[in-house]
Amino acid sequence: MAEKRLSKADSFYKVYERTPSAIKDVTHYCPGCGHGVLSKLIAEAIDDFGIRERTIFMSPVGCSVFGYYYFRTGNIQCAHGRAPAAATGIKRAYPESIVISYQGDGDLAAIGGNEIIQAANRGENITVFFVNNAIYGMTGGQLAPTTLIGQKTTTSPFGRNPANEGYPIRVSEMIATLEAPVYVERVMLGDAKNTNKVRRAVRKGLSNQIDNKGFSLIEVLSVCPSGWKMTPVQAKQWMNDFMLKQFPLGVYRDRSEEIPVRESQRHVFSVDGIRDKLELPKSGEQTMQVEKPAAEFMNPRLKLAGFGGQGILMLGLMLAEAGMRAGYHVSWIPSYGPEMRGGTANCHVNLSERRIGSPVVSKPTVLVALNQPSLDKFESEVAPGGLIIYDTALVPNPPKRKDVKVLGLPATTIADELGNTRIANMVVLGAYVGYSRILPKEVVFSALPALIKRKNLLPLNELAVEKGMEFVTRMGS
Amino acid sequence: MLEAVGLVQAKVVVREDECKGCGLCIAACPENVLFEQKHLNRLGYHPAGYTGSGCTGCGTCFYQCPEPGAIAVYKKGYVGEEVA
Ligand SMILES: Cc1ncc(C[n+]2csc(CCOP(=O)(O)OP(=O)(O)O)c2C)c(N)n1
Ligand code: SF4
Ligand code: SF4
Ligand code: SF4
Ligand SMILES: [Mg+2]
Repeated sequence: MAEKRLSKADSFYKVYERTPSAIKDVTHYCPGCGHGVLSKLIAEAIDDFGIRERTIFMSPVGCSVFGYYYFRTGNIQCAHGRAPAAATGIKRAYPESIVISYQGDGDLAAIGGNEIIQAANRGENITVFFVNNAIYGMTGGQLAPTTLIGQKTTTSPFGRNPANEGYPIRVSEMIATLEAPVYVERVMLGDAKNTNKVRRAVRKGLSNQIDNKGFSLIEVLSVCPSGWKMTPVQAKQWMNDFMLKQFPLGVYRDRSEEIPVRESQRHVFSVDGIRDKLELPKSGEQTMQVEKPAAEFMNPRLKLAGFGGQGILMLGLMLAEAGMRAGYHVSWIPSYGPEMRGGTANCHVNLSERRIGSPVVSKPTVLVALNQPSLDKFESEVAPGGLIIYDTALVPNPPKRKDVKVLGLPATTIADELGNTRIANMVVLGAYVGYSRILPKEVVFSALPALIKRKNLLPLNELAVEKGMEFVTRMGS
Repeated sequence: MLEAVGLVQAKVVVREDECKGCGLCIAACPENVLFEQKHLNRLGYHPAGYTGSGCTGCGTCFYQCPEPGAIAVYKKGYVGEEVA
């Protein structure tokens, strides 16, 4: 007969073990604070809908930062203003979860202004509770985007002046101009009647999500007696007398009825669809058989560096593309100098038998340096026992390290002899795969058409790769 | 514990330890049966109290109160445990 009893919701912890305070059965909120009331309404709805086990409460930065002290749900405390972005990630990864983004006006309308617009515009299937108390409560009462004209705060001691601080932002009205949101309503934690409307809006926002209808935002006008420097009872009166004028209550958008109840949808990416785009064989089908190189060349982490325009990024892409065709896990990330052309460019490449944790290569096992500054800059980073490949035509001072293998070749000179200086990167590619035997020639050749758009240049590129391979064969004999 | 026959009268129970003395319940109670008590609780607030009769179980105070566990309302006919 729970309906005949109104008491602390099960979705709150009985004892707030996570609070560092010695008193573990009261919240940290100031007397009369609206956050407490809204929390109660949300917890009650979670109880009643039976969704506690799959609810994830995203706390903001603001007075409600400690949501995880109280809510007996999943919890994440988000970076300031970023709850809608974090909520998006959670919801997309776990579409069955019920994700609540709980945010204050500083959090949502100031620092997180763009996050909320984008999440609303994408129509994320989440429920946002936006607590508008017209102030930054947590930090001691500064002006918020929603602070009323004339309202005194610590940062608007003479009252908010539109000429200086602009006008209070009406978030609900703004969000309601977007196509995607399903439900946007502004309610007020005022008297019993209004509070009951908040209760209904909370439940509607959550049931929209349960029914997979899409994005709901409930703006809740709420008192901050401490920030406003009033007693709780005065604060309620002030909210009623002044906030209501600037922030009219009502439903600003509601498509809940027209949207049917839907099954939750995982954002599925077909692996074969992706493989197809990349012109790779379907999963399960054999990738090219390659022999493994010697252990010292396995799972290379490469840093490739040179002048912008030397084709460094392309060289990395080529390796990654070929590695992928040989069945390796691969990654490639570019790192541009301040100016692309004329500046230095480098990229990081991994070819690995295992999944790659981070694409960033900070201790390369292979450094390719196509100019002197690159060698000078990265030589010290190379892992002991690693390999440094450099262009003897452009690097007058060779590597000094004694604990690494060094392969110098006049790549640019060879490229010149082939009639195109810009093909030096492919000569280096040939030299590297020839030296390490990480990939056979056929695999490299199979990757070239994927990246070289001008097909008439393919023979020249193949020739350059072969010249690089020949160079290391001659060297070895 | 309440007897299984059910409450003949509705009632409100303030758990004084958890009350922050904000007075919102007192201001909102349509029956005027809540009041500010003279003594201070462990948190240093004057807790709300129930006069002992006249509560209709309307729930207004429960939904005005910001503290999850400070107020419980038992409606007429309630059968079961007392929690607050
Ligand atoms: C990146 C960053 N910038 C600024 C702050 C300081 N800060 C903490 S809370 C807050 C605003 C809180 O106001 P609001 O979101 O309205 O929450 P309320 O406390 O009023 O509920 C600010 C600016 C911060 N913690 N992190
Ligand atoms: S400062 Fe304001 S918003 Fe923060 S807990 Fe106190 S009353 Fe609530
Ligand atoms: S339940 Fe209603 S009548 Fe009873 S104390 Fe609370 S507000 Fe007053
Ligand atoms: S509303 Fe809650 S915290 Fe405030 S006085 Fe009443 S019981 Fe105490
Ligand atoms: Mg605020």
